[in-house]
Amino acid sequence: MTDMNRRSFLKVGGGSAVAAAVATSSALAPTAANAANLSYESKSVAMAGKLKAGVPVSFTYPDNASPCMLLKTGSPAPGGVGPDRDIVAFSTLCTHMGCPVNYDSDSATFKCPCHFSQFDPEKGGQMVCGQATVDLPQIELNFDTATGSVSAVGVNGLIYGRQANIIS
Amino acid sequence: MSKDRIALPPIDAKKSNLTCHFCIVGCGYKVYKWSTNKEGGKAPFENALGLDFRRQLPPLSSGVLTPQMVNQVKDRDGKEFNVMIVPDRECVVNQGQSSTRGGMLASLMYNGDGPSASRMLHPRVFSGDDWQDTTWDNALAVYAGVTKRILDADGPEGVMFNAFDHGGAGGGFENTWGSGKLMFSAIKTPMVRIHNRPAYNSECHATREMGIGELNNSYEDAEVADVMWAIGGNPYETQSNYFLVHWLPNLQGATVGKKKEWFPDETANRGKMIIVDPRRTTSVSIAEYSAGKENVLHLQINPGTDIALFNGLFTYVVDQGWIDKPFIEKHTSGFEEAREANRTSLSECSKITGVSVNDLKKAAEWSYKPKASGHFPRTMHTYEKGIIWGNDNYHIQVALVDLVLATHNVGRRGTGVVRMGGHQEGYARPPYPGGSKIYIDQEIIKGKGKMLTVWACNAFQTTCNAEQYKETVLHRANIVREAMAKTRGGNADTMADAIFESTKKGGLFLATIDLYPTKIAQAGHIMMPAAHPGETNLTSMSGERRLRLSEKFMDPPGSAKADCLIAADIANTLKAMYQKEGNGKMAKQFEGFDWNTEEDAFNDGFRKPEGIDTQGGSTGGLATYARLSAAGNNGVQLPIKEYKDSKLVGTEMLYMDGKFGTSDGKAHFKKSPWQGLLKPVQKQKDKYRFWIGNGRLNELWQSQYHDRYQSFRTNRYPMPPIELNPKDAEGLSVESGDIVEIHNDYGAVNAMVYIENDVKRDQAFMVFGSPNGAVGDVTTEATDKNILPYYKGTWADIRKVGSMDEYKRTVSFKSRRYT
Repeated sequence: MTDMNRRSFLKVGGGSAVAAAVATSSALAPTAANAANLSYESKSVAMAGKLKAGVPVSFTYPDNASPCMLLKTGSPAPGGVGPDRDIVAFSTLCTHMGCPVNYDSDSATFKCPCHFSQFDPEKGGQMVCGQATVDLPQIELNFDTATGSVSAVGVNGLIYGRQANIIS
Repeated sequence: MSKDRIALPPIDAKKSNLTCHFCIVGCGYKVYKWSTNKEGGKAPFENALGLDFRRQLPPLSSGVLTPQMVNQVKDRDGKEFNVMIVPDRECVVNQGQSSTRGGMLASLMYNGDGPSASRMLHPRVFSGDDWQDTTWDNALAVYAGVTKRILDADGPEGVMFNAFDHGGAGGGFENTWGSGKLMFSAIKTPMVRIHNRPAYNSECHATREMGIGELNNSYEDAEVADVMWAIGGNPYETQSNYFLVHWLPNLQGATVGKKKEWFPDETANRGKMIIVDPRRTTSVSIAEYSAGKENVLHLQINPGTDIALFNGLFTYVVDQGWIDKPFIEKHTSGFEEAREANRTSLSECSKITGVSVNDLKKAAEWSYKPKASGHFPRTMHTYEKGIIWGNDNYHIQVALVDLVLATHNVGRRGTGVVRMGGHQEGYARPPYPGGSKIYIDQEIIKGKGKMLTVWACNAFQTTCNAEQYKETVLHRANIVREAMAKTRGGNADTMADAIFESTKKGGLFLATIDLYPTKIAQAGHIMMPAAHPGETNLTSMSGERRLRLSEKFMDPPGSAKADCLIAADIANTLKAMYQKEGNGKMAKQFEGFDWNTEEDAFNDGFRKPEGIDTQGGSTGGLATYARLSAAGNNGVQLPIKEYKDSKLVGTEMLYMDGKFGTSDGKAHFKKSPWQGLLKPVQKQKDKYRFWIGNGRLNELWQSQYHDRYQSFRTNRYPMPPIELNPKDAEGLSVESGDIVEIHNDYGAVNAMVYIENDVKRDQAFMVFGSPNGAVGDVTTEATDKNILPYYKGTWADIRKVGSMDEYKRTVSFKSRRYT
């Protein structure tokens, strides 16, 4: 069941990923001791109006040691927020062995140069091909319609090289 | 929510060794097991991994740890444990790296929830309208009762098997021995087919007849080869860590120092790679990315023309004088006859294969022309299903090995002519009791045989001409089902009587032994639950003949048990039945199964090699569980030379002494003239437009017996994918995510379109063995002379069925090729 949760969440994800997550979390009690939901702080990472489709923006979350990338994909994407529901963000540490993935605008994928895993930001970080065993952790975003600010508010998936996404 | 935190093993967590039980590479993994009420700390001295989780760990150096590498399991006494399965940094095979298959090992272990929830816990019997759990005693009484009735009335020919022969999960030396002793010594039936092919046969007859076993080098040889050939193989996806850990550094130039150290006087450069495949695979694009296009050559042959390719190259290198004449003279026979029979000019070769003469010359120059230092290149030829399931397996292998022998690319470090392999190996069985090879699937289609036991394999998804096979089995199994439904209130004897009577009317009694209730199992009458590595001790050997012991760390679910112990239960039940009726002769046939553990089976088979066929060879007896456990994930490479200083000493490369596996010790050249496509295949080609190539994808292991329950897999591939050229897709009015039907004279199957620029016009590539659409439905019955099918070769038409909006929304259709 836990294995299905993330995809189910992404499939139903509408305008606000946070709303979707809140709506499902109460119904999905962790079934294994390893499952946990940590408390994340909100961090403003971009202004929606300044984003250009296909041009990524780097940031860190939930701390400075965790590189992430935000992307306006240009069409509605699972977990996408903003007026066009197309702003998504991901950890850029490959879930296979932690090499930093690069965004390749030609193929519109994140690519790992170490062992050639590829991930699709327009499909929730789905592994296109490669050696990873989980998709790229998606950063949950919140869009403030009043200010146009996009904030990171959580992480869906374990960031490489950590026992828990919140280190302290 | 997806996991964003995992529990760490405390420093006193129990550690054991596990060899990945999926592909042949056999990567080493460490298992940690500890009570669920404990958890290791983040400091390196507080967790068994010795890693400092108080800070972000760096890439590569920190090992691998993902949510798929942890699970919670329960032993039969009710105690709950956490388990973590991580790649072993000390293992020389994978050196701490995991593949997308092995990285999932922990998540696949049974915990009653998630992907493992579909495991069979207890035997099941078809009650007339549904499957119901039953006891082992009842299942064995019915199964053995039917077996005995058929044996007594029809002899062993009425009792058929479809059985594994390999290592890893659904295999291993313990279990090939247990099942083999039951089939060949006890029941004595020749009516057996091997898990992925419709007869009982090797996949490498030719090379063995020529004196060369198919696994003759070490993975380390890929690090020091000048040129690496991948013929009908796609190593990034199908032997991932062999490619990434041992080929890639050579392609990137990182092993030049090692080459200079090993071969001090020879020219040493970055390795080159030659791929023979009608399809541009992910391995081609990754090799080009890593080594530069100038160091990679893709010989994109017309489907099925491998024989002509190797004959052309053989002819050319002989004419150029790039052959090792002293070696040919001293250590081989039949050279001149083969040269004459195989003679093919480069222009003729080019015409048949579609490869330019320039590329043919380039391949020959890279691989066989003496280097600047005057030495012959060290060229490693690897091959897999493109040949093994190719157009005339036997003669492709002959053509390839002729070329390899002429250029002495075997028995020298950095060379080898080796299959890449699918599963690990693990063969130890009594000799096959038949005199000739029998096309078992065709026998079943013709109505022969009374019962079929399907053991850890699934011909519904993986055989050729599958549609006709399935239709027949379903029809014949239904005759038995109708008889079983009328036995209400009867005991096991009544049931066995009814089943036996129905087999006289064309019925086929179908029993399966497996982890899951597979598609073929669901067509049958009895299912018996087996165990897989981790739940049972198991030995296998890898593609470099590396023997390891995968250690049991948890109980099998329910009352499931190791295959060898199921074989023993069947044999002992039959023995008791014959004893009861005073038939001492038959009872004696079923003796010798007094095993309590899988180690008993290992000691009875692998460790007593005299008179049996075993990959352990005559020195297999030197390997004990204790010695293998001590050897850990590095194990020992077979054949074992000796046990010295408390260590097993193995063999890295075969034929270094120039003595080959023939009666005269010489390697034998053979003839392999090009004769075109096998006839049934040519007939489909004449009628239909698309070549339907097929094969494995990295993420989907074998018949997807686990993967079909893993959302990480099924979200990516909810249906079997078919890759189509964009222009062909346009012509068919289909786009990515559309469903198409592939159809020809043999059958029809559905698949989901993935448009891919790298696929040629009028060709398509479909995943093999899918539970949700088997490409075998459109493959022909064509085989080589040893009944090895041309699975890879069929032609069909494609039509649009419709669109699946949800899949279009959720599935990535971006190219799988890394550029």
